[in-house]
Amino acid sequence: MTVIADYIGKSATDNVRLALDAAKNAEQYHALLSLTEERALERAAKVDSGEITGRLAGVPFIAKDNFLTLGGTTTAASHILENFSAPLQATAIERLEAEGAICIGKANLDAFAHGGSTENSAFGPTLNSVDQSRVAGGSSGGSAVVVALEIVPFALGSDTGGSIREPASFNGVVGIKPTYGTVSRYGVVAMASSTDTIGCFTNNAADAELVMDVMAGRDASDMTTLPDFFGPTDVKPGQKVGVIKEFMTDDVDADVRARVHEYIERLKAAGHTVEEVSLPIVKYTLAMYYIIVPAEISSNLARYDGIRYGHRAQASSLAELYGRSRDEGFVAENKRRIMIGSYVLSSGFFDAYYLQAQKARTLLVNEFNALFDTYDILVGPVAPTPAFKLGENTTDPVKMYLADVMTVPASLAGLPAISVPAGNTSEGLPVGIQLIGQRRHDADILALARSMEGNA
Amino acid sequence: MTTTITRDDVLHLAQLSNLQLSDGEITSLQADLSNILGYINQLSELDTSGVEPTYQVTDLENVGRDDVVVAHSADREALLALAPDQIDNHIKVPKVL
Repeated sequence: MTVIADYIGKSATDNVRLALDAAKNAEQYHALLSLTEERALERAAKVDSGEITGRLAGVPFIAKDNFLTLGGTTTAASHILENFSAPLQATAIERLEAEGAICIGKANLDAFAHGGSTENSAFGPTLNSVDQSRVAGGSSGGSAVVVALEIVPFALGSDTGGSIREPASFNGVVGIKPTYGTVSRYGVVAMASSTDTIGCFTNNAADAELVMDVMAGRDASDMTTLPDFFGPTDVKPGQKVGVIKEFMTDDVDADVRARVHEYIERLKAAGHTVEEVSLPIVKYTLAMYYIIVPAEISSNLARYDGIRYGHRAQASSLAELYGRSRDEGFVAENKRRIMIGSYVLSSGFFDAYYLQAQKARTLLVNEFNALFDTYDILVGPVAPTPAFKLGENTTDPVKMYLADVMTVPASLAGLPAISVPAGNTSEGLPVGIQLIGQRRHDADILALARSMEGNA
Repeated sequence: MTTTITRDDVLHLAQLSNLQLSDGEITSLQADLSNILGYINQLSELDTSGVEPTYQVTDLENVGRDDVVVAHSADREALLALAPDQIDNHIKVPKVL
């Protein structure tokens, strides 16, 4: 297992070269879209000379290719940004670099982070780290795989409805989606602004605490960032844990439920109280999500017009330029979501869809709040199944959406949630358990996850 | 509640979305959008009378900043260089009217 401490105090140049070699030797997984070799080695030399210091000095990492970075392209795995070289870096990247971390490359994703398998990448899917006939999960599939393959000790992802937690579960690594507003989204390609969050993949909870501690905090460039609150903490004894019963029905894979039950038994053995709880509105959360998120996508993706940056199609009129640039630049799932967004926001349908979904969201927040009056942490699976086969869900968009059913509730309510490895299925596929905390209690779920490691 | 999306609906949505679709895309989107709307329509069963909408979950309101000029990290030349077609510090586009 590769952890951050393995890289501290070593030659940064060696760390970076080893990571680049490991990345090149793992090309068959298609987890990476580009390497930023030149810039990474320049920065490594500065760490080795003592010019750059910090808590992550000389530690290599990989960012999902929807984070703006210098030294290469930022494509969002789309044709419309295929040749886009960002003129600035995301705040999250800047904060990691200020502590001496070194970005060595950019990870594959579903184009514009629309998807749950990385099969919607315009450049081809990422393969699962354990079974190459299966999906990596998504949308941050590449980031999960590079950590699982131990190419780097941590990688960045974005999570709008499960895009960090689901691939973490499918590849057996830790993945955290923080409280909405914890980490600045400045310089990250926007998807759905009311649920977009920035988090990371690591091989243990302590590393996630460190990376989140570096990235978190108020940023004047992102007015939705919360006042600084994040700080690692110790696990509190005798936590009250609620198991969401709607996540543990017979529709969920039996091996997945078995691994979750085993983790629950370990929580009890560690002195925590565990009870079954109900979140009845869960049956409607996926419908809410697939109204609210496409609405926000249709607005956010309007900026890709072929005028100021990105791909521009040959056209004789402005209308044709917009229409053809966007048709050539987006993948099918981008178009589906943009058009659903246009539909639910159009006059005559707005109240029935968008407003109804935002009201339903209030009911979801209320149900969570009521549970958190009694319970400290809620748990359940991350996804109903382990990693599915490549191509298994690509013909039916709704079937693909159903994989998000357990991750979207925390997203819509802005709650912190983490996927923690809970063992494997009988076929050897990783299973994650999801720990969901109260808003701004990210450190508590991380502390609980850390306390349970090595306790199997 | 089922929703049937016609070919004309797809064309109208494509126009609203600035997408110039191929014939094959129009056909597959007609089926896909009908399916997706069929799924999300179940939300109409939920009674939300008297419930206020939740548009954001930060509890932050009217976030301001000090009224000082902050230098942008990207300069004008770098931003202009991103445009696919330029002339004399302007972005060039096809005829509008």
